[in-house]
Amino acid sequence: MTREKVLRAAALVITGIMAAGAVGCGSSAGSTTTAAGSTTTKAAGSTTTKAASAAKVSGQITAAGSSALLPLVQDAADAFMAENPDCVISVNGGGSGQGLKQVSDGAVNIGNSDVFAEDKLDADAAAQLEDHEVCTVTMAPIVNKDLGVTNLSTDDLVKIFTGEITNWSAVGGPDENIMLITRPSSSGTRTLFKEWALNGAEESSSSALETDDSGTLLQNVADNKNAIGYVALSYLVSNSSVQAVSIDGVAPTLENTYNGSYKVWGYEHMYTKKGADNTAAEAFINYMMGDAYSSKLEGMGYGVSSKMTQNAIDAHKK
Amino acid sequence: MNRFKNEYAGRILVTICGGFLIVLTLIIAIFLIVRGSVTFTQFHHSVAEFLFSSDWSPEDSAGAYGGGVGSAIYIVGSLLTCGLALLIAAPFSIAAAVFITEISPELGTKLFQPAVEIFVGIPSVVYGWVGMTVLVPWIRDAFNAPMGGYSVLAAGIVLAVMIFPTITTVAADSIRSVSDNYRKAAYGLGSTRWQMIWHISLPAAMPGILTGIILGLARAFGEALAVAMVIGKTRAFPDSILSPTNNLTSAIASDMGNSANGGEMNMALWSMALLLFLISIACILVIHLISARSQKKMLGK
Repeated sequence: MTREKVLRAAALVITGIMAAGAVGCGSSAGSTTTAAGSTTTKAAGSTTTKAASAAKVSGQITAAGSSALLPLVQDAADAFMAENPDCVISVNGGGSGQGLKQVSDGAVNIGNSDVFAEDKLDADAAAQLEDHEVCTVTMAPIVNKDLGVTNLSTDDLVKIFTGEITNWSAVGGPDENIMLITRPSSSGTRTLFKEWALNGAEESSSSALETDDSGTLLQNVADNKNAIGYVALSYLVSNSSVQAVSIDGVAPTLENTYNGSYKVWGYEHMYTKKGADNTAAEAFINYMMGDAYSSKLEGMGYGVSSKMTQNAIDAHKK
Repeated sequence: MNRFKNEYAGRILVTICGGFLIVLTLIIAIFLIVRGSVTFTQFHHSVAEFLFSSDWSPEDSAGAYGGGVGSAIYIVGSLLTCGLALLIAAPFSIAAAVFITEISPELGTKLFQPAVEIFVGIPSVVYGWVGMTVLVPWIRDAFNAPMGGYSVLAAGIVLAVMIFPTITTVAADSIRSVSDNYRKAAYGLGSTRWQMIWHISLPAAMPGILTGIILGLARAFGEALAVAMVIGKTRAFPDSILSPTNNLTSAIASDMGNSANGGEMNMALWSMALLLFLISIACILVIHLISARSQKKMLGK
């Protein structure tokens, strides 16, 4: 064969493989709407379940939204599918806004969100959704291990994040400029941190680095001695490269969240659409909130909603 | 039937494909214009506010509006990083193009050009990642940069590396297409090789080189991922090239998923997308102008 023929054959083979791949993806994705951005397929109607008498759940469940909740939903989905082999769950990120929009449009069965639907959808659309507060998430300020700061008062924290204090020496640290690392203003983590740790004060965006995801933020704090940021507790369970900071002497732990002494936490929401056939989706959500899964949930750094004491819930009422 | 197969089948297929692409482009353009103009029509912001104000505080819930949508910081950030990238990349690219066409065509076409083309195939996330793990800490330590090395400089260098192959390839093609008669005439008049390159090849190839530069610029403007990873995304005008800032594509990428659909913030992001689209159209128009002009020149008009 000439060189040109070899090349042509190679190109054909590659094209063929790619086409086959696309078709393969298409056949598995077509009915479940896996793409985070697609809103065309109405998946709500495709959820089919056997009669209630059968203990096993079957059908297809699609979920999209919050990236903070993604690892937990992914893990729960794997565990749920192992118990219910006839059930297929596909989970995607895309952000809370996308998740809410897609569940509202009927593109997915479950919309994951860090915030209440009322904050991101108009009132009519939000009223069509049913909220499931599947777990709680606790946010912790973090600093570099070498900095030597382990506790900050709420007052100092607000002053640091609003840019009023710019040197660590003002709060008992070394003489180093403070390097603020934050999240985008639409981030659910940032919204929670602003409301409960900073008493609603707006962060200074003009002197802060902004990172798209908590993993990058964590890495930046680990790399820079003078940095401060905040992440969900779930990012700290398997990572000891940064120092979590206590607020007013209260350490950011699950116990302190349950008993109400640590106040920077929020519910993670999984929304379903009212009126749609959500039997499988609700079975899955109940499984996530159930006792059997709760130790796994805590192991990943999330809080069990039913363990929240009245004290904590009262302290969080607006 | 045979006639159909021989002539019309192919023609129809090609026409459908071509027509589909044109329609697709138009639909995307219309979609961007419709979405991008909501900021100005429904939320009553002026275009001047969007372009020249730095007050970015849009409301992020459905229906509410009244915040600021000033995107000047993002626009300046895009202009600065792209300008810096051009300053770095253009001299290197033109030099590389001269090398592979005039100085060492043998080595150039066999080794250098394929190597440059490999650069095009590297995904932008890889550029961003390398920039973040190698370049950013280096800038922090070498220049004592204030915000951990995330800076305009880092973004400019990453973009320069990304647009370098585009400019080099287009410029090299353009220099190669300069008629050999010109070269021979220059040598005949006693030019050295460098005099021939400087006074004949480069000026004759200038329209093509400019086209390459503008294509590179358009690519730099549209690049989101790699820049977002190294620019720091601080919402402030940079004090120096060592300070972090933000740009249009990073701003869109970081808030598009979380912002409330149809809200003021979401729509302002669409307006930025429309602005990027207009910038790329402007670049293409300029390229057409340049080639039309040079054609006129060639024909001696």
